[in-house]
Amino acid sequence: MKIAVCLKRVPDSETRVKIAADGKRLDDAGVKFVLNPYDEFAVEEALQRKEKAGTGEVVAVSLGPAAARETIRTALAMGADRGVLLQSDAIPADGLETAKAIAAELKDGGWDLILFGKMAIDDYNHQVGPMVAELLGLPCVTAVAHLDLEAGRGVAEREIEGGIEVVEFPLPAVLTTDKGLNEPRYPALKGIMAAKKKPLDVKPAQLGPGGIEILALTPPPARKEGKIVGEGPDAIPALVRLLREEAKVL
Amino acid sequence: MTAVLAVVEQRDGSLRKISHEVVTAAHRLGGTVEAVVCAAGPVAGADHLGKFGADKIVTLTNAAFARYDPEACAQALAERTKTGAYAAVLFAATATGKDLAPRVAAKLGVALATDVTEVGVESGAVVVTRPVYAGKALLKVRLAGKPAVLSLRPNVFTPVERPKPGAGEMAAVSVPPGRVTVREIKAAEAGALDVAEAQIVISGGRGLKEPANFRVLEELAQAFGGRAAVGASRAVVDAGWRPHADQVGQTGKTVSPTLYIAVGISGAIQHLAGMRTSKVIVAINKDKDAPIFKVADYGVVGDLFEIVPRLAAEIKKLHG
Repeated sequence: MKIAVCLKRVPDSETRVKIAADGKRLDDAGVKFVLNPYDEFAVEEALQRKEKAGTGEVVAVSLGPAAARETIRTALAMGADRGVLLQSDAIPADGLETAKAIAAELKDGGWDLILFGKMAIDDYNHQVGPMVAELLGLPCVTAVAHLDLEAGRGVAEREIEGGIEVVEFPLPAVLTTDKGLNEPRYPALKGIMAAKKKPLDVKPAQLGPGGIEILALTPPPARKEGKIVGEGPDAIPALVRLLREEAKVL
Repeated sequence: MTAVLAVVEQRDGSLRKISHEVVTAAHRLGGTVEAVVCAAGPVAGADHLGKFGADKIVTLTNAAFARYDPEACAQALAERTKTGAYAAVLFAATATGKDLAPRVAAKLGVALATDVTEVGVESGAVVVTRPVYAGKALLKVRLAGKPAVLSLRPNVFTPVERPKPGAGEMAAVSVPPGRVTVREIKAAEAGALDVAEAQIVISGGRGLKEPANFRVLEELAQAFGGRAAVGASRAVVDAGWRPHADQVGQTGKTVSPTLYIAVGISGAIQHLAGMRTSKVIVAINKDKDAPIFKVADYGVVGDLFEIVPRLAAEIKKLHG
């Protein structure tokens, strides 16, 4: 099994967002960055598939700034064999540009699987994985929460509104992973030490201008000050009256 | 805008209600609105789309479209898009739309803005706003692509009826079936609404104490007569009390219901991120200093096991 896992360095989900002076991006001073949580499922799945096959290679690929080396090292510490960083100070606002750079890197790589997290928790784009599949002409299943692979074919389950879609596809394929697929392992100390010696290839990302221009990043409108209606069940009639007459939602 | 393509959805030959939102948003961009749906045959309810602003309703038919065929749908939609001078192509950011929109955008070689909550036109270009960092900030962007491809967050574009008859058209399309095929759809429990699409969401957290106690929230949901879904905080999903499909928050779903009721949820920043765009927020928590009360419009402090059943009884009275 030769598997590529595509990763993104994102601000931790507990981050308080501060907007930079240009009003167009996050001020990342003091922000803790982590491996995108959905990508952890992709790394874990790749490792399990390789372990099950008994042979193969797991390559962690990321597009991002120099600091994304640390993100790749996290995957290497979990057990990936080597890393590739497509280095760019800025991650494009247009996901198609990211997809083109990753597709160019992965083209002709002889992959059995190319895995992505279903979305990044910073830009919520959920698009780079299926775009890479489209650019490489590979079948793709998104938001995979259960996966069986056998003899060059796969069956995946993905959550849809009010149900689960059971999807069949041939390999090689691009999959994006959802929570529930597996339980990502924590890197052990041994893995962390080993990761320092694993190969990590850094090359400049080839990015076009893209079709999305950022106009402004703003805080969400403040919610108007709420009120405590009261304490205990006796407050319920007043609450229901407010919901009907003031908020008009009942 | 010249013309806008609104990609709408069907399941089992019936139009999905989310389609009304897509057509409503498309109408907001101006120009003629063409609603298009991939289906195996006639789609029940498609003819009503005229009421929401569709000038034309096109059903692209192919035997492969009986179930969702991502590759065949993407190809048919990309080809349809190339036949006209569309300024924008709109999808719903549903499980299907999230899967399909990137494929179509990549085929057309244009940018895609996902999970959009505002659409507009400025100096002839499509300008949209979309929540990022899970709603902790809003990003306003201009799309240079012709067409601009967008997916719209469910429950944001309230359908507006406009009495305008849209002309229907059926067009058989010849696209090969794709390599990815849906073998079956395992239905969720009968009547279970998805938290991302429900008008009312009642979410529970650690304050529920144990999984069986979610029954209290389910009874409240039933009192709302089929309009409410039960959600959950990350803590209780991680503990295995509730399925991930129900999780509201930064690593779960972002929801924008008319009414969000947070029960026994303290309001961690990553949870607030998933529900702060709800129209009205009610919090029920025993800790009067819980952060959830800072975003709630209405709060009730106290024991949820006394408060929630009382609320269910009052709601039942209203509906009775």
